[in-house]
Amino acid sequence: MERPLTKNIHAGRQPLSLKEYVSTGGYSSMQQVLKKFTPHEVQQLVQKSNLKGRGGAGFNTGMKWSFVPMGEDCPRPKYLIANADEMEPGTFKDRLLLEGNPHQLIEGMIIAAYAIQANISYIFLRWAYKKAAAILERSIQEAYEAGWLGQHIMGTGFSLDMHLHTGAGRYMCGEETALLNALEGKRATPRAKPPFPQVSGLFGKPTIVNNVETLCCVPHIIANGAEWFQGLSYSGDAGTKIYGVSGKVNNPGAWELPMGVTMRELIEEHAGGMKKGYRLKGVLPGGASTDFLTEQHMDIKMDFKSVAAAGSRLGTGTMVVMDDATCPVGFLHNLQHFFAQESCGWCTPCREGLPWVEKLLLAIEAGMGKQEDVDMLQMHTQWLQPGNTFCALAPGAMEPLQSALKYFREDFDRHIREKKCPY
Amino acid sequence: MLSAEEIKSIDHEVAKLPQKRAAVIEALKIIQQHRGWVSDESVTAIAEHLNMSPAEVDSVATFYNLIFRKPVGRHVILLCDSISCYVMGYKHIYEALQQKLQIKFGETTADQRFTLLPNACLGCCDHAPALMINNDLHRDIKLETLDDLLSKYT
Ligand SMILES: Cc1cc2nc3c(=O)[nH]c(=O)nc-3n(C[C@H](O)[C@H](O)[C@H](O)COP(=O)(O)O)c2cc1C
Ligand code: SF4
Ligand code: FES
Repeated sequence: MERPLTKNIHAGRQPLSLKEYVSTGGYSSMQQVLKKFTPHEVQQLVQKSNLKGRGGAGFNTGMKWSFVPMGEDCPRPKYLIANADEMEPGTFKDRLLLEGNPHQLIEGMIIAAYAIQANISYIFLRWAYKKAAAILERSIQEAYEAGWLGQHIMGTGFSLDMHLHTGAGRYMCGEETALLNALEGKRATPRAKPPFPQVSGLFGKPTIVNNVETLCCVPHIIANGAEWFQGLSYSGDAGTKIYGVSGKVNNPGAWELPMGVTMRELIEEHAGGMKKGYRLKGVLPGGASTDFLTEQHMDIKMDFKSVAAAGSRLGTGTMVVMDDATCPVGFLHNLQHFFAQESCGWCTPCREGLPWVEKLLLAIEAGMGKQEDVDMLQMHTQWLQPGNTFCALAPGAMEPLQSALKYFREDFDRHIREKKCPY
Repeated sequence: MLSAEEIKSIDHEVAKLPQKRAAVIEALKIIQQHRGWVSDESVTAIAEHLNMSPAEVDSVATFYNLIFRKPVGRHVILLCDSISCYVMGYKHIYEALQQKLQIKFGETTADQRFTLLPNACLGCCDHAPALMINNDLHRDIKLETLDDLLSKYT
């Protein structure tokens, strides 16, 4: 089984320096691209590989790049941004790539920037990742010294600058248009689409925002081809995926596995099964803003299509396991507290709705809820659907809620009947 | 008034950006690094330096969880209160911290040693519960070793 993204990452060891990365074959894809490929050929290859965005939405990466205006008279400078804001609760996959093999990301970014002919790039890193910040700062410096960033890379006509930007802690900054506002020094509220960032993004110029894991796949696709990338997967969605499991399992962690392994394999084999005395009650398959799956879904494949068919989303692919000793209402209250707090306040349904949802859940958890409160929660799951809010934060918040009301309704009702938390 | 050193750090960031104001977050962080927190006077000074209005600077400052608009203690404890840490019992850690330090979330100890704040997922959910003290990440926090951990920060 191949693990292209993590084969050189070993727990407890220092990240690969530029020299070490080169000795594993690193930066050869970039050299090949700059010498032999046209930007269009790179874009086509990545599109053909069927690489889908690992930031949550799962959009074909090459296709996204194809929307960027090209040619002599297109607006300049164009920008490429690596989204390393990783703040989705339950998600810890990009940290692994950033701290373990920073040059893989930098190489992926140079190739992506070449494909869209961007000359300025940013890594948008969350504040809390102090270790990653130091590593990236040093690695960018190394890449400049090697002549792989800066003016006329390898004597070609292509130039690229790269900067590290660290935020100051706000979930919204991960949403790609809010991220652009944050980079411009504004409040990180999202922008109306269209125009899409690919056409009018950072400082009004064409911009691509890609997730860290997405960009890390790119050098390997160039080196080994589109068919190879598709062959890594057990399913229709290509490549490997960094999956993670947290909660009361024996061996929580993150692993790179073929796209499409089953939830059972992840939880029972890699995460070592549930801790003694606990049973699995529910799973958020891809972070806090995905619908619950339950024991009946253990054999579904963890790819974009199969998880969607089961009524949820692959999201970030890092799952949170809820055990039978954890109160589902308390669990939900914790999630909604996060979303209410992180709402940017731009649109009314989210700004007003999420704190209400949080209060209702708190009341139910404390044994002070009424039956109408559950109906009110149910209504919110409809009021905050996509289309009624400005960005995907509020609809994302409703995903675990609507599925909890479906699968764990009895737990809500018991709190109300017994006027206390039965857990 | 910004110090010469602060101005130098801020201008280093400005140089990387096509617009001066885009450096506002960096400027806020630089000031916080030097002064511990961001006062109204600091907001005004940053605004003047970046050709922005103080209200604009403040609207950015207040947007972020980790720009402190009030003074904090010598060490800031950020306890993760997100979902995996919830499942793994961060509340027990919070109770113990409240007892040991006699402060709740949002408060600072009388001796100015610690400020305790809740923080969203720290991105190490496989090692929950987790917390940060200043720039240090601490994972798999256990009640038994909490005293040891705190004793490193005087
Ligand atoms: C509230 C919110 C937060 C987000 N946070 C992140 C994040 O931290 N990292 C990320 O890669 N994508 C995040 N996204 C998704 C981005 O908007 C965007 O779709 C993604 O970066 C695109 O990259 P990809 O095509 O490579 O997946 C977030 C979306 C929303 C609505
Ligand atoms: S849905 Fe929430 S987070 Fe998104 S724009 Fe509206 S208020 Fe802001
Ligand atoms: S939920 Fe605490 S580190 Fe992720």
